Amino acid sequence: MARAQPRAAGDWSTPYRAVIGSRIRAQRSYRASFALDLFGSLLIGLAEFAEVWVIFHNVRVLGGLDFNAILLLFGLSNLAFSMADLLVGHVDNLPTYVRMGTIDAFYLRPQPVLAQLVTSELSLRRLARIGVALVALSAGLTQNHIAWGPQVVAMLVLALVFGTAIFAGLFVCAASLQFFLINGSELTNSFTYGGSYAASQPASIFPTPLKMIFGYLVPVVFTAYLPTLVILRLPGPSGLPSWLAWLTPFAALWVWFVALRLWRWGTRHYQGGGG
Amino acid sequence: MATATAGLTSFMEVIHAESNRSAQLRPPYPEGYVLAFVRAQMRTYGQLARAGFRRQSSYRLAMVAGVVTNIVFGFIRAAILFAAVQSAGGTLAGYTRDTISTYVWLSQALIGAVNIGGSGSTELSDRIRNGDIAVDFTRPVDVQGSYLATDLGRAAFTLLPRGLPTVLVGALTVGLALPSRPWPYLLGLVSVVLAVSISFLCGYAVSILGFWLVETRGLRSLYMVTSSFLAGLFVPVGLFPGWLSTLAHATPFPSILQVPIDIISGHVVGTEAVKTVAVQCLWVVLTCLIGRALTRDGLRKLEVQGG
Amino acid sequence: MTHQEPAIIELADLSREFTVHRKGAGRLRRDRSTLTAVDRLSFVIAPGESVGYIGANGAGKSTTIKMLTGILVPTSGSARTCGLEPVRQRRELARRIGVVFGQRSQLWWDLPLRESFSILAAIHRLDTARARSRTTDLVEQLEMGQALDTPVRQLSLGQRMRAEIAAALLHSPDLVILDEPTIGLDVLSKQRLREFLIHERTERGTTLLLTTHDMGDIERLCDRVLVVDHGRLAYDGSLPGLAATVGARRVLVVDLAAPAADLSDLPDSEHLGSEGSGMRQRLAFDAETTTAATLLAEVSKRCEVRDLSIEEPDIEDVVRRIYQSTR
Repeated sequence: MARAQPRAAGDWSTPYRAVIGSRIRAQRSYRASFALDLFGSLLIGLAEFAEVWVIFHNVRVLGGLDFNAILLLFGLSNLAFSMADLLVGHVDNLPTYVRMGTIDAFYLRPQPVLAQLVTSELSLRRLARIGVALVALSAGLTQNHIAWGPQVVAMLVLALVFGTAIFAGLFVCAASLQFFLINGSELTNSFTYGGSYAASQPASIFPTPLKMIFGYLVPVVFTAYLPTLVILRLPGPSGLPSWLAWLTPFAALWVWFVALRLWRWGTRHYQGGGG
Repeated sequence: MATATAGLTSFMEVIHAESNRSAQLRPPYPEGYVLAFVRAQMRTYGQLARAGFRRQSSYRLAMVAGVVTNIVFGFIRAAILFAAVQSAGGTLAGYTRDTISTYVWLSQALIGAVNIGGSGSTELSDRIRNGDIAVDFTRPVDVQGSYLATDLGRAAFTLLPRGLPTVLVGALTVGLALPSRPWPYLLGLVSVVLAVSISFLCGYAVSILGFWLVETRGLRSLYMVTSSFLAGLFVPVGLFPGWLSTLAHATPFPSILQVPIDIISGHVVGTEAVKTVAVQCLWVVLTCLIGRALTRDGLRKLEVQGG
Repeated sequence: MTHQEPAIIELADLSREFTVHRKGAGRLRRDRSTLTAVDRLSFVIAPGESVGYIGANGAGKSTTIKMLTGILVPTSGSARTCGLEPVRQRRELARRIGVVFGQRSQLWWDLPLRESFSILAAIHRLDTARARSRTTDLVEQLEMGQALDTPVRQLSLGQRMRAEIAAALLHSPDLVILDEPTIGLDVLSKQRLREFLIHERTERGTTLLLTTHDMGDIERLCDRVLVVDHGRLAYDGSLPGLAATVGARRVLVVDLAAPAADLSDLPDSEHLGSEGSGMRQRLAFDAETTTAATLLAEVSKRCEVRDLSIEEPDIEDVVRRIYQSTR
């Protein structure tokens, strides 16, 4: 008896909204450990800032940027990273799901597996780092002499939206590689956390190989440094002219292109097709 | 997904074997008993260290991965600190470009062995959380000591494979300054052993807090951040403003990273060096005692609660 | 069957190999060997059937199911489920089937059960009215009313299994695949579960594919049995036929009041062994030829029986015998 399928209710976003909504509700019930997590991530944010601050306790300029400019740089990079962490950071649970077999539950549902993985959680405890980043960003935007105008606003929006996209893509790259590696996070930390670290530094201090790597391969320079240069009307170092900042969407596209390829490769490996 | 690895010696198996062995000691006289007991203990610790050592060999790929990440971070940190030194006119808190390069690469080389922030295995806290730890305390081997011995074995294994490539890469790419006399390295080795111990004992104390807190993950990440920062992982403690430097030295953390690096690099020599090692010894004793006190209280709590 | 309907499951020479790496102690290179989990499996299941899929552990049952549901890609051969290619058309297939893996949960652990149901309804894009009536229906039949507001992780094993099955059936799939659903359940829970499955089948004509180690499940739920051994199909037919083919024997274990000689000459039974110098004796008998009662009577004629128990044929034993008999 071929059963006629009834028309589906809702739209394509209904499944995802349902899961995320429930995750938010779930996290609200973990009061105590949530508070500790929040405090912990606040401290991490502060410690990262403290490093910058200690350096500027000793020098006035780093890589052509003064402390106020660094505030802006730090704020942008950290905000993009922690937003990506909030939205997509939990994909690092993938190795656990694979090991326990719970990833199979994703295969049994009528949505793409990656989409399910990305929307499987919303890490609310990242809000603390977002807070720290916002404070730094506001300070950076107010302390510097910025010629406000549509260009600056556009650059800000571009940087934040596509910067977040770049880091999110890096997380997905890292997760995809977990299909092949055991304890693979040791390796992927080099471009996820390494990328975040590099993003909050003025790229002018990097030797050329590093500039090329973080400029074009793992293009985190697009998330904060180049936008900072544009907003503050500063020239870029050799190999990384400041106008490149307007090409940030392409950097994000590149990262996601690689991420989706790696994901394809990883799931194919998991499913046993093609080796 | 997980590859079955034969030859992985379990820490618990060793304890099991050794404690059975000690239980079979039947000396004819009291003095002999003490001797036999001491010999058995030393044999146990030796075996534990060896087990910790062997266990690492199955994580070869993870170690290569770890080296890669260490090197990447090394390059970034070197770039930052070079720019800082240059911006300060060539010397910064006593560091020149070369010596700060040494600092960066040695710290990257050591973080694996020293296990800063307890970022390594969570075996101890896992066992406390699921209650398996109770079994460990019924064994005639000292829990803190045995875990420490295993950790030293692990550190011994990761020190060269992880440390040497890092230093090499640093030396071949950006250049660094290392002393040519043997003394800094010898004293440095002692210092590293002490540093690993302090780091472990601090982490042990944090894990033991698991007797009171259900979920130690938040606490552990807090610990990881504070300890790495104050140990001089991000910037040398020498660069800290006065008050922060005082704060740092009131904790055992600088003894975990800053001190061994300063000794090996020759940044601190002679009687100064010996003094810092003495401070390390002090911290070893202190953290050991704190750990034991916490353990005692924790066990008492367990008994009361019928854990 | 009076008219040909498209098969709901169709396997043709389905095979799956795994490469196993083993590292010998102290050796640098790793050994590689190929493990054939599923070996040219072919069978067809028509809509509405209820099929038991049995075999020893590691015989390839879970692997087959993974290939049927699109989780794993076959090494060779083909599988078609609900007329679709499982891997390529996975998402469309997911709407038509419901799967329960006994050991792994598909529910959300930290939320009340009712939320899992509402999320799943959204995932399958069921319209609210239908979802609500279906959930109520399932909850009522599986007696899950009290458990609805409990977080899933606090449910007992029996409740959890029923919840998993309800979750798998929420979208009224055409095919339900259950992988070891009654493992670890107590007798009462098993009974309830079986009754529910029978009801569901009669109501909707859902096809059922059941993997289990429990012969009781097979007896009560399945009209057809597939036995797989080392990845190959060893038997395909009815359950009585299976017992007959195998000559499966039950074992009567008697505890005697006093030591006695081996009772090896009783009619229609074989003496398997004695313990305690003959105080406990194990006698195998063919369920087709005689009954436990008859055999007991024979034993009582010879000696005083203090206690007794009966062992059912071990599934591994049955399977082994099938494999040996079909070789």
